[in-house]
Amino acid sequence: MKQRISALLLGTALALAAGGAMAQDKTVKIGVLTDNSGLYSDLGGAGSTLAAQMAVEDSGLAAKGWKIDIVSADHQNKPDIGTTIARQWIDVEKVDIFVDVLNSGVALAVNNLVKEKNAVMINTGAATSDLTNTQCSPNTIHWVYDTYMLANSTGQALVKAGGDTWYFLTADYAFGHALERDTAAVVVKSGGKVIGTVRHPLNSSDFSSFLLQAQASKAKIVGMANAGGDTTNTIKQAAEFGIVSGGQKLAGLLLFINDVHSLGLKVAQGLNFTETFYWDLNDGTRAFSKRFSERMKNKAMPSMVQAGVYSGLIHYFKTIDAMGGNPHDGVKVVAKMKEAPTDDPLFGKGTIRADGRKLHPAYLFEVKKPAESKGPWDYYKLVGTTPADQAFRPLSESACPLVKK
Amino acid sequence: MQALYAQLLVGLINGSFYALLSLGLAVIFGMLNIINFAHGALYMMGAFTAYFLLHLTGIGYWWALLIAPIVVGIFGMVLERTMLQWLAGLDHLYGLLLTFGIALIVQGVFQNYFGSSGLPYAIPDYPQIGEWRGLQGGMNLGFMFLPVYRGWVVIFSLVVCLATWFLIEKTRLGAYLRAATENPTLVRAFGINVPRMITLTYGLGVGLAALAGVLSAPINQVRPLMGADLIIVVFAVVVIGGMGSIMGSIITGFALGVIEGLTKYFYPEASNTVVFVLMVLVLLVKPTGLTGRAA
Repeated sequence: MKQRISALLLGTALALAAGGAMAQDKTVKIGVLTDNSGLYSDLGGAGSTLAAQMAVEDSGLAAKGWKIDIVSADHQNKPDIGTTIARQWIDVEKVDIFVDVLNSGVALAVNNLVKEKNAVMINTGAATSDLTNTQCSPNTIHWVYDTYMLANSTGQALVKAGGDTWYFLTADYAFGHALERDTAAVVVKSGGKVIGTVRHPLNSSDFSSFLLQAQASKAKIVGMANAGGDTTNTIKQAAEFGIVSGGQKLAGLLLFINDVHSLGLKVAQGLNFTETFYWDLNDGTRAFSKRFSERMKNKAMPSMVQAGVYSGLIHYFKTIDAMGGNPHDGVKVVAKMKEAPTDDPLFGKGTIRADGRKLHPAYLFEVKKPAESKGPWDYYKLVGTTPADQAFRPLSESACPLVKK
Repeated sequence: MQALYAQLLVGLINGSFYALLSLGLAVIFGMLNIINFAHGALYMMGAFTAYFLLHLTGIGYWWALLIAPIVVGIFGMVLERTMLQWLAGLDHLYGLLLTFGIALIVQGVFQNYFGSSGLPYAIPDYPQIGEWRGLQGGMNLGFMFLPVYRGWVVIFSLVVCLATWFLIEKTRLGAYLRAATENPTLVRAFGINVPRMITLTYGLGVGLAALAGVLSAPINQVRPLMGADLIIVVFAVVVIGGMGSIMGSIITGFALGVIEGLTKYFYPEASNTVVFVLMVLVLLVKPTGLTGRAA
């Protein structure tokens, strides 16, 4: 009897010790899942991996005994490839947290898998607002921007300025559809009208047919619900076909600094669009961007997607460090991340909502004229700011089951 | 109805790129029996050469039209001399794999240094004669606003295509070339340097790709992947037109541009696939392609 009790005690002690060791587990594996070779690779790609590295270095966790690894892979903008990699990362490589995951199609697929396997995703690249609405998940935080916010900021500003008839040129996949849907809703709500839509396949090189249809519609605003190379080619060819000189206005619903750099100011000047990060906003963003650009092969400034990777990881590191170890439990970590306010030099102070939406201000920019720019990457003028609590979809409109009403 | 005319014209513009590229492929396949998968990468190099000429040396568009095809053509000839010539007589698959590998390497190197978003290249604004500012601006045709540059692309590529056809089908040099593909030993016996002719032919095909690249630089962004996006369609064009048939590839190039343009109008979602549907249909009915001869 005595022996049995001591055996039991020993067992309990061992179990406790093992449990303690689990909580003390200070290893983390970060997976940067992005487009490393295709049309979006300048927005995320190698720059996102660099941003993750800088976050690891700046977090100072290595000095506290943490061991942090980063893996990166190319999902080629294909949801099936993205989920295959994600599955292998979680099952074999024991990846704890996914960052970047641009491309809405890939993001929605990986979102399901991350939930099923109880990992974490800080999505900084995908645009679809469904990630925090109908498809919201206790394992996912949507960090940088979404289609609702873009529509709300750019759409409303343009309708107010008199652009009350719209024609959409939409990329024919999850992202384009979401951006078109959200923008059309804002246009109609603000008193405007949508005259028509044409949907083009992702990664097209010639837009002249679509632009002619937009031109024939006589809509005041041609809304480009596409991104990356598709948008830059549209803008360039719109100039050629005299869309803007003919009195119509182009609305870039999603544009990144890399797109403006690629177009050149002569073509891009005067465009209005919304971002949540610009390298030249304040001392904090400038200091980070300078360090970032020095380490980039083509000396590019960070896009908001890449800045989001850094900002998201900094908050993640703070959270797990406060927890004393990595519990390898996605729901638990994300719940803790939502409790604490966020604060970093790139996006300033912010919060994460119950539906997984990270809140920060949205900035409406206008592209400078060539004469106004002091040099490469000096491209934006700030024309308006939407405060954090008004920039995103209000919880009262949310269809996310995580939101208690 | 007006919109339809406009779409037809726009289709013709895209068709000119298809025609120029598929022509180069057809020349190379017809004369060298190589399925040149590096064609898209060489097209991209043509556009980049134009960009470098302008931004590093200040040499503008008009000279680039001449210099870029020569520079890239020489690069092609080096490829042929050092690598492709050893594959003569082997199965098509070897040439395909080698050129595909070359394409991946070239694209990878460019992407590494220049990213994926691309670089700007403006439409030339000289010579300025009266109201004309080079190829900038456009004219109103009543049913559409036609950018001058697009009109130039159609006319110029039509001239280049017909000149190439004439060179190969109607001149003595072309006759030598065709004879050298039929029976190289016999042609060599007449004292003609067949290997050099093959190299020059590959250079010509590559030069045509580079020329298309320069033409496209002001319309599209100069991007490392600009060729990869196009090459699959162009291969479909060549297959539909009949492998190795010069006139066939020119006509099919323009025709498919128009058909694709119409699809963009009536059912835009299918515009990327219509060419391949057509390819399947043609292969089912006539496996040698529309103008191809049975092997």
